[in-house]
Amino acid sequence: MATSSERSPPPFPDSEEQDVLDTEEVANRATDDDDDDGEDLFLSPTNQSLAEMEPTLPPTSQNSDFLIQPPIDIMSDPLIDPIISPEENKPAAEVVSEPSDDFVDLTNNGTDSPDDTGTADSTKDTSEIPLDEPSDEFFDILGSESGAPQEEVVVADVTVEASKSEDTDPPLDDETGSKVEQAKETSTDPIINITGDLPASDTQQPPTTNKIADPLLDLFSDTPAVDAKKPIQPIPDLFEDEGSDLFTEPRQTKPAKQPQKSLFGEPDEDLFAEPLGATSKKTISQEPKTVTPKPSGDGGDKGANQREPADIFTEEAVITAPTVSKTPGATSKTNGVHSEEDTDIFAEATVELSLDSPHNERKKDMTAKPSASAPSLAAAAAAASLTKPQSAALEELEEEEEEEEEDDKFEINVSVTNPEKIGDGMNAYMAYKVSTETTLPMFRTKTFTVRRRFSDFLGLYEKLSEKHGPNGFIVPPPPEKSILGMTKVKVGKEDSSSTDFVERRRGALERYLQRVVNHPSLIQDPDVREFLEREELPRAVNTQALSGAGFLKMINKATDAVSKMTIKMNESDVWFEEKLQEVEAADQLFRKLHTLVESLVVHRKELSLNTASFAKSAAMLGSAEDNTALSRALSQLAEVEDKMEQLHQEQAANDTFSFAELIADFIRLLGAVRGSFDHRMKAWQRWQDAQSMLQKKRETEAKLLWANKPDKLQLAKEEIVEWEAKVTQYERDFERVSATVRKEVIRFEKERTKNFKRQIIKYMESLLQSQQQVMKYWEAFLPEAKAIA
Amino acid sequence: NLLCPGARCGANLCRLMSIRSVSVDLNNDASLLIDIPDALCERDKVKFTVHTKTTLSSFQKPEFSVPRQHEDFIWLHDTLVETEDYAGLIIPPAPPKPDFEGPREKMHKLGEGEATMTKEEYTKMKQELEAEYLAVFKKTVQVHEIFLQRLSSHPILNKDRNFQIFLEYDQDLSVRRKNAKEMFGGFFKNMVKSADEVLISGVKEVDDFFEQEKTFLLDYYSKIKDSTAKAEKMTRSHKNIADDYIRISSLMYQQKITRILIYTHIVVTMSFVSLQKVEGRVASDQELKLTELLRYYMRDIQAAKDLLYRRARALADYENSNKALDKARLKSKDIPQAEEHQQQCLQKFDKLSESGKKELTSFKGRRVVAFRKNLIEMAELEIKHAKVRSSIQLYYICFIMCTNELQYAWGICKILCEQI
Repeated sequence: MATSSERSPPPFPDSEEQDVLDTEEVANRATDDDDDDGEDLFLSPTNQSLAEMEPTLPPTSQNSDFLIQPPIDIMSDPLIDPIISPEENKPAAEVVSEPSDDFVDLTNNGTDSPDDTGTADSTKDTSEIPLDEPSDEFFDILGSESGAPQEEVVVADVTVEASKSEDTDPPLDDETGSKVEQAKETSTDPIINITGDLPASDTQQPPTTNKIADPLLDLFSDTPAVDAKKPIQPIPDLFEDEGSDLFTEPRQTKPAKQPQKSLFGEPDEDLFAEPLGATSKKTISQEPKTVTPKPSGDGGDKGANQREPADIFTEEAVITAPTVSKTPGATSKTNGVHSEEDTDIFAEATVELSLDSPHNERKKDMTAKPSASAPSLAAAAAAASLTKPQSAALEELEEEEEEEEEDDKFEINVSVTNPEKIGDGMNAYMAYKVSTETTLPMFRTKTFTVRRRFSDFLGLYEKLSEKHGPNGFIVPPPPEKSILGMTKVKVGKEDSSSTDFVERRRGALERYLQRVVNHPSLIQDPDVREFLEREELPRAVNTQALSGAGFLKMINKATDAVSKMTIKMNESDVWFEEKLQEVEAADQLFRKLHTLVESLVVHRKELSLNTASFAKSAAMLGSAEDNTALSRALSQLAEVEDKMEQLHQEQAANDTFSFAELIADFIRLLGAVRGSFDHRMKAWQRWQDAQSMLQKKRETEAKLLWANKPDKLQLAKEEIVEWEAKVTQYERDFERVSATVRKEVIRFEKERTKNFKRQIIKYMESLLQSQQQVMKYWEAFLPEAKAIA
Repeated sequence: NLLCPGARCGANLCRLMSIRSVSVDLNNDASLLIDIPDALCERDKVKFTVHTKTTLSSFQKPEFSVPRQHEDFIWLHDTLVETEDYAGLIIPPAPPKPDFEGPREKMHKLGEGEATMTKEEYTKMKQELEAEYLAVFKKTVQVHEIFLQRLSSHPILNKDRNFQIFLEYDQDLSVRRKNAKEMFGGFFKNMVKSADEVLISGVKEVDDFFEQEKTFLLDYYSKIKDSTAKAEKMTRSHKNIADDYIRISSLMYQQKITRILIYTHIVVTMSFVSLQKVEGRVASDQELKLTELLRYYMRDIQAAKDLLYRRARALADYENSNKALDKARLKSKDIPQAEEHQQQCLQKFDKLSESGKKELTSFKGRRVVAFRKNLIEMAELEIKHAKVRSSIQLYYICFIMCTNELQYAWGICKILCEQI
């Protein structure tokens, strides 16, 4: 039973890993070109899948593959790792007693569930779902109490193997020499517990190791989480960090800081603060699932000391690599290079692990002690688990929203201020001060400020969209270039429309940057960091609207549009079809809304002007009036109207800045969403093309076979193989892009909702305030009117 | 379940604000009560039903109704103005011609744009236009009514024969419309009058009161004219804003809900639905209380100015007759005639001065009272609107902050849309 279940899933883990891996990689090696990226991605998964069938082949190909691409950061990090980790290990030894209770939970669950062991496939299912619909997954896992224990079982399952393998390959972790020992010591109990239940299912597996290689990746990814958790403290940190660093407020972490120091001897890491309570760990790690790519950043944090985000993986790789490498047929694994080779694979693994295993464990903990460090969260989660996890988009949104609240913790804050005109005439440009405040350790300092001009912002966008667009990410778009508006500013007319323009643009740029830095993947991009941190930025080229490059861009866009029209995609996924329709409807609606709001602003300004002139006129009338009381009342009226004019003016500004601009942002973003759909379509097209090509090749082969031309046949066969590989690669590519788009769209909805809620409340509050002012003014006027004799 | 009471409350608050009233204060005397209970609009013509209730013996019946058209009112006004005896009175300004052009034009535009709009938007705009049309209609009836009421409350004018005929004659008055010649004549007369005004402005004023009144009214007239224009502009732009609100809310409301930005959709819809009606009411109240007041007094002051003109004319006549008398004395010819004429002129002038003084004083009092009433009412209405708006907004903010349940929110939103 177990075996069958193990066999069936392979395609899924594969694709899952791909997705995640992808995002990870993008985050890590943003420096690489897109193509490289893609190929790496595709090579590695294919290798893996090959590994299923021919265990001997993969190691070599993998090796070469990874050795060729030497990501510098990763390379350098492992060297650091070993140095640091020993430090971690020692304290870990002391801590071992602590985690024990959480351990107990685990084992308890493990023992509870043996009857479910057989249904390991169901666990698999649950783990598959998440990737399609991260949010659902969450509910599924949380909602079904039974599901969680099941997973435990699998995890336990793996633990056994993992621990076994650890026994067999002691040298596997160069860094964790001592760790392993402790691990063995501590983990013996669980092994005993669990092994008791599991052997039955396990026994079948060992022989099929080759085939399971892939699932194993999956499982192993869980493995380190589970078995490491108990014995080796540092690894649990990994999870905590993921959660804590990104989602919890510094407030929480601070009080905890001290004890943590004693535990880990890493004083500068706030992230580790939470660990004290094993429960808090879990509650926190609950969040990561919503934002899959995040862990990467955190891992870096855990590593502490401004390490590149990639570190995590190397670290994990160090731990996990050996376990896996066993399966293919243990090649050299002790050297640092080799550990990298695995990094990519394990990058996925870790992500999944952060997706799956923490939930389950957390789940348990939460039910056990709902009064953990984040009770509200626990309550919310409990509520969520009670209120059936139907995947209705609405509920999804709502509940995720609640979680988001917790997510919304300070970690990086960017503001754009002080627009300043530099230069004269047509060469003048506006420079903005970009100040960043952050607690993210990947930045050297906590606050820093740079000056950037508008084209720099555009340049950043160009770079980001080039890199991340094709992968299905929604890259937040900057405000458009406006020749008219800028010319006005350049000419130097100090009228209200040009200051208005500058202010609008400043706001738009700020929101644009905030969106970029709040995007879990984009913030990892070195270009973003460079943009925020580096003193002097090379002048962005090709952003001029009226230049050769601009012209080329226009042509490209035009051809794109044409090719888009020619692509006839028969959509297989209803979700995408629906979403695309929704996006298009929303786009139309918001465009209409925007014009209306703009006209509202115009009318409001008109009203303000007219009120001002009426106020003046009323004052004159008052002065002409010969009845003193009436005269006074009229001049009072004039004053009231004067104030009203002020209010109208403020309201107009408010309409513009909090409302019209908000809608404009939405429109721009919807464009970006459509862009990501387009990229998905392109990927699909590529896949289809490859498929038809393959079809052709096959036909020629058949013809050749029939014509009996063995010399050419060989060539044709080779070509077929080549194209088959391409087809699979493109298909994966497409699936990966699809998954990213899906995730991104869901994230987009959530973010917009949150953002909009904040904005609209602000807007309504301003309306409310102005209404109260109006009330006050008229109330003051009333006695004057009554005093007219 | 905090939402249901809130929804009801919002709706009620909005319904409260439909108090409208007449912008001119009149000392009603029970002996002659006139109102226009009904009016019928046929194409360009508006038929008013003038209803009279009286205790005066000069009328045959104590109560009667007659159909009258706008032209009849104008005829009445003109005859009053032309009556020599009333030269010393401020003749109430004639009601302006009913003007449905604004709403009609909009209706026309709406009809043209029907294709581009959704059904919901169209019906909403149409409703709004109908409401506007009705408001204009009501206003028209009101000014006609006020004209008659002012005549009826005037101690001298209410005894006018023509006025009584106007009220009592139950057939169609069939006043002919002015023909082209008369129109031109009227125009010419106006020209002469203004030229004459300039000419006689050189005549030295003998009475300080009138001197003062004259400068005051001239000044005041120009100011109030300006204010009226500005106030009209102001209310118009206010109405534009109200229209924008309607357009936005109907756009959002009719649209199939966009799931991808569902929250935004709901929230925008709600905010504008809640704002639209209030804004419209603010605009129309402002129009009624402020603009109409100014407009009416602009015309009234014109009437007062006319009185002053007539008096100045009389004064000039008197001076001329004096000169003529001097001349006659010099020539010792026709002295008695000249003396008689001079006496007549003096008498006329004195009479005019006397009644004019009375009229102007009462006019001043009337104006102050009307301004007071209207300004108080306007302030009260503004306060009320502001209260309603802020309570809606407050309730609304709470709502946004409290709820994440969008399905529920959308339901509430719909209820609000229907009720407000």
